[in-house]
Amino acid sequence: MKLVAALVDLSRPARYVHWEWIQISVVNVLVIGLMIAVLVLAVVIPFPRSRS
Amino acid sequence: MRAPDGPRSWTARVREAAEGALPPEKLLPDRQPAYVASWVYVFGVTTLAALIVLVASGTVLSLEGPDWWHTSAVGHFFNSVHFWGVQMFFFAMVVHLWGKFLMGAWRGRRRATWVVGALTLLVAIGTGLTGYVLQQNFASQWISTQAKDGFNAVGIGAFFNVLNLGQMLTLHVLLMPAAVVLLTILHLLQVRHRGVVPPFDAADEHLGPEEAER
Amino acid sequence: MSWRTDDAAASRPWIGPTRPYDLVKEFAIALLVVVLLTVLLAALFSSPDEPQITLSHWAQQAPKDFVTTALAELDGTSDTATYGPPYVAIPGAGQKIGPLNLQQLGGVRIPVDTAHDFVLGPLSTVAASDPSLASAIQRWRTASSDQQRSWADAFGTALEEGSVSGERIDVPSSDNGPVLPIMQAELRLAASGGLEGAMLSRHAFYGTDYTQPLLFLADGSYLGSLADRQHLLGDQWGMMNESGSYPGQTWLWLYTLWYQVPPFSTSDNADALVWGLMLLLTAGFVLLPFIPGLRSLPRRFGAYRLIWRDYYRSTGHGDGPGSAWEGTQGKE
Repeated sequence: MKLVAALVDLSRPARYVHWEWIQISVVNVLVIGLMIAVLVLAVVIPFPRSRS
Repeated sequence: MRAPDGPRSWTARVREAAEGALPPEKLLPDRQPAYVASWVYVFGVTTLAALIVLVASGTVLSLEGPDWWHTSAVGHFFNSVHFWGVQMFFFAMVVHLWGKFLMGAWRGRRRATWVVGALTLLVAIGTGLTGYVLQQNFASQWISTQAKDGFNAVGIGAFFNVLNLGQMLTLHVLLMPAAVVLLTILHLLQVRHRGVVPPFDAADEHLGPEEAER
Repeated sequence: MSWRTDDAAASRPWIGPTRPYDLVKEFAIALLVVVLLTVLLAALFSSPDEPQITLSHWAQQAPKDFVTTALAELDGTSDTATYGPPYVAIPGAGQKIGPLNLQQLGGVRIPVDTAHDFVLGPLSTVAASDPSLASAIQRWRTASSDQQRSWADAFGTALEEGSVSGERIDVPSSDNGPVLPIMQAELRLAASGGLEGAMLSRHAFYGTDYTQPLLFLADGSYLGSLADRQHLLGDQWGMMNESGSYPGQTWLWLYTLWYQVPPFSTSDNADALVWGLMLLLTAGFVLLPFIPGLRSLPRRFGAYRLIWRDYYRSTGHGDGPGSAWEGTQGKE
């Protein structure tokens, strides 16, 4: 029974990226890519300096 | 405060050990080393926040029982909060883990902090599995019948029977979150006790004499 | 710069510059951000809930697969019936890591008799009011195992050429003894929605253990065919995936990776081997700080220079021996 009122319907089948024997869903690639991006940004973006 | 002469009670010893390891200014400091100045340091507390969202949404779900979210829109919403909370939790934990690795955060008597953190990740993955097989839908039917092969192959499938909804429910709602929370509290206390790891090649004048191991 | 020097330095307390910092406020902000993000994601995307597959649904959507499976349960050739521990005592059965058969060591602690638990037992509830079914069951029970095998094989061959639709099994006649009426009754019981209940309630009023209906369901091909469509099979990196376009369990990437590559992908002992390997790798991960070589990787990667660049700049430091930039200002 679906009582879902999602604004964006994610119930359609996912798309997959293939490379040799590797197969990942596009959304999983997005999540992993975001993890890496967030780490890089966190390291690179300057942290506000406070006067101590 | 040390008691005067005479045998020290267990209570006094516990109190003194706790005060020694975590005096109030270490437990809730309002200053931090100047080198803690990077956004990479926010992912620990973000993981903690996601854990709280999971416990809170999980609490709401347990108020109404494991079947509620299939028949109620409000229930489904809280299930969704719980689902995305899981994504946030592991997202933050992984970035936190990568950051701590890059900083070699286990240096200087902080090995146990890393070990506890790593164990928390593992127990959390197990907690997630018990949640996935609890859903009473196609996903739980598929995941449980597949996962059973892994556990059975190493002889523990009968003790951790993913096909047994009742067992998975009590593990997921009580025992495993309790383990995650306890490990997290321990991890936090370890960080407060040892302090945030100093940079590689910290200036010698910024580091005090080595403390005697308590 | 040796590991030992790094480690010793890091155990000294910090007496250098500090900055004010509001721990509680940071936590409150993090909590607010995470709550808002999670609620937003939940409102936008909801969460997956593919409907459960009832035995009735299976019997109606894939009746031939259902009957084929029920036959295998009856004659003891199904995956569950030949699984070994913890369900069935079969000496030597189970997965091995080299000579080590951990599956056998676990023992048969969840005994399952597929013929009785999945077929004849549930049917006995129907047979109470159906004398011809009762006598078919009795005829099967009192036959020798050779006779049972011969009946089952005959029916299986006939089934391959026959068809099953609605609740009717249409097979060329064969010497299958009581098998056809038993299979017919099983199909009808499933299609009518009574089979799970009969499996679970024969011995108990309350039940929370779905081991038996789940094993039965997974013995067939129907469940797997639905999983295939959603890329959830073991050799489709299925462990990492979620139904629909929802994010899956990305943190299982290394565990599921091994199932895609030889020797694991072609081994009967894949699960045991992968678990063994993952146990080793996990031990390495947990005990990283104790492992020489691994524990000094962060120093060699050098990403820390970016993270602590403000500190290094302000102290004119970070150019100590062993660092990439040998400078004159460094001292150790």
